[in-house]
Amino acid sequence: MALVSVEHLTRIFDVSKPWLNRMIERRKKAFLTAVSDVSFEIEEKTVYSLVGESGSGKSTIGKMLVGLLPPSDGSVKIRDINLARETDAAKVDAVRADIQMIFQDPFASLNPRWRVRDIIVEPVAARGGETKGLAEKLLEQVGLSARDAGKFPHEFSGGQRQRICIARALASEPRLIVCDEPTSALDVSVQAQVLNLMSDLKDDLGLTYLFISHDLTVVQHISDRVGVLYLGRLVEEATPEELFDNPKHPYTQMLLAAAPKLGEFGREVPPPVGEIPDPINPPSGCAYHPRCPLANGRCKAERPQMRALRGAKVACHLAT
Amino acid sequence: MSEPILSIRNLTVEIPTRQGILRPVNGVSYDIGRGEILGVVGESGAGKSMAGNAVIGLLSPPARIAEGEIHVNGARIDQLKGDAMRRLRGKEIGMVFQDPLTSLNPLLRIGDQLTETILAHLPLSRSQAEERAVQALDEVGIPGAAERVNSYPHEFSGGMRQRVVIALALCAEPSLIIADEPTTALDVSVQAQIIALLKQLCRNRGTAVMLITHDMGVIAEAADRVAVMYAGKLVELGPVREVLTTPRHPYTDGLMGSTPLASRGKDRLHQIPGAMPRLDSLPQGCAFHPRCPYAQAQCKADPAPKLNEGEGAACWFPLPHATKVA
Repeated sequence: MALVSVEHLTRIFDVSKPWLNRMIERRKKAFLTAVSDVSFEIEEKTVYSLVGESGSGKSTIGKMLVGLLPPSDGSVKIRDINLARETDAAKVDAVRADIQMIFQDPFASLNPRWRVRDIIVEPVAARGGETKGLAEKLLEQVGLSARDAGKFPHEFSGGQRQRICIARALASEPRLIVCDEPTSALDVSVQAQVLNLMSDLKDDLGLTYLFISHDLTVVQHISDRVGVLYLGRLVEEATPEELFDNPKHPYTQMLLAAAPKLGEFGREVPPPVGEIPDPINPPSGCAYHPRCPLANGRCKAERPQMRALRGAKVACHLAT
Repeated sequence: MSEPILSIRNLTVEIPTRQGILRPVNGVSYDIGRGEILGVVGESGAGKSMAGNAVIGLLSPPARIAEGEIHVNGARIDQLKGDAMRRLRGKEIGMVFQDPLTSLNPLLRIGDQLTETILAHLPLSRSQAEERAVQALDEVGIPGAAERVNSYPHEFSGGMRQRVVIALALCAEPSLIIADEPTTALDVSVQAQIIALLKQLCRNRGTAVMLITHDMGVIAEAADRVAVMYAGKLVELGPVREVLTTPRHPYTDGLMGSTPLASRGKDRLHQIPGAMPRLDSLPQGCAFHPRCPYAQAQCKADPAPKLNEGEGAACWFPLPHATKVA
């Protein structure tokens, strides 16, 4: 059974103006659909990546997975327990202890007034666990020194801080770690160090990652399975080999063509047209149809469902 | 190459601090020719933006140019002050910053910001300048330019805003553009649009571009030549294809190795051990030697050699002939 199963997950935010403005300006309430009917499963001990451009809903899905946001519709089940619905507090707590998160900005996600030791053991201390020597052990596991435990976050560089965030995420011995753009604030050489560390830890500790990123090359490097998001909808899901060698959805094809490539000097390709549409008034039918070179009448009218296609899943009427 | 548009010789920027004098840019020399895109790469703190700011005269005190010369179109500009520099900035050199939201004034219409710049630098009447502003927006591919001049910055998306910033940099027809991480804040598909736009403008007008970025992929696609910086120094300079495919400096080699690539599959990434040294505690000799797998005794003792004829690698034992020290 899959460790995580996400079914028809939807999240709608109310972005209306205040009541008085709506009355005076005669405006309706406005709703932003950040995530719309997304379903996927994550197998134990694998890396599942979500890629997409800004506004595609990838971070919102991550937050719903760890329980920072309640879903508007659909469900997230971790070890078959629906965190948003479950009433048995003991079960909820057992699942919560299994999930941790690593955030994008290592400068904003560490309390500047706490010592590194206190930051790292907090997930265990909050549950009343034994924390003696834990921070020192974890620091060495992520490639820092046990002596660093007494220091403050400002004494570390960006890459070292991200290692501290990883140590904190490991403290409660989780099985699933949600990584929201863990390397986008880092330089390439430091990014390589952190990515290597993450894949070593995964192998040593048997972790499962949900890896959220906009960087296609990083995703290709680290994932076992990749989901591509566009305007809150999952448009394609496949293994990285299949996805990058043989993309099936026109949006994935456009994204791969637009990504800068190291080997292609002075490459001249027509750049993609248009931009991500407004999520408050998304296009009818397939969300990608206004920019899609293949779109026809059906794409405008009917939203494509996910269907299996040669080892991948794709939400497109026309992909073959 | 004919007379270069920008020529930097032995540029050194100093910041006096209580801990002593820091040199975020240390003895850097390069040229950019007409219609050429020079990519400047390096990690944070390498001094790439500081060098760009020095050229356009935007160093914030106490940082100052301590040594070296900067020439634009043959005229020396590093000693210009106040008004003289202001006339040059915008007219001869345009600048595109990383964050398109903070580089536009949120209280002024796009058109007013453009006409202000045009009137400051070109001998045109107000109505001519307004016409020129519409033209400039049209050139950078903003649909419906004639109506959009009356919009405020917040009415544009990130990619469109960056186009406005580029229009603003180009409207006085400068011969040099400094683009400091112009696509870092943008999505991949929008990044491709902006890069294509920069390349096209550069080709059509013969504008020289200094493209500062940390993204090797962007460099590979856009630049003609590339300059690699490390801890304030230029470590390698050459045609982009040569430098990226057969790097000669071990740092460039390490950078290329740590970039995840499709062809490398899922093997471990090559990693450069350690981190860039802080400017107040630079190691003796070559600044890269503590992280370099090829370092010899000479690297620890003597500062790295200067670039030969302005090209090549600043290294005592350049690749591919260096041998790994266990």
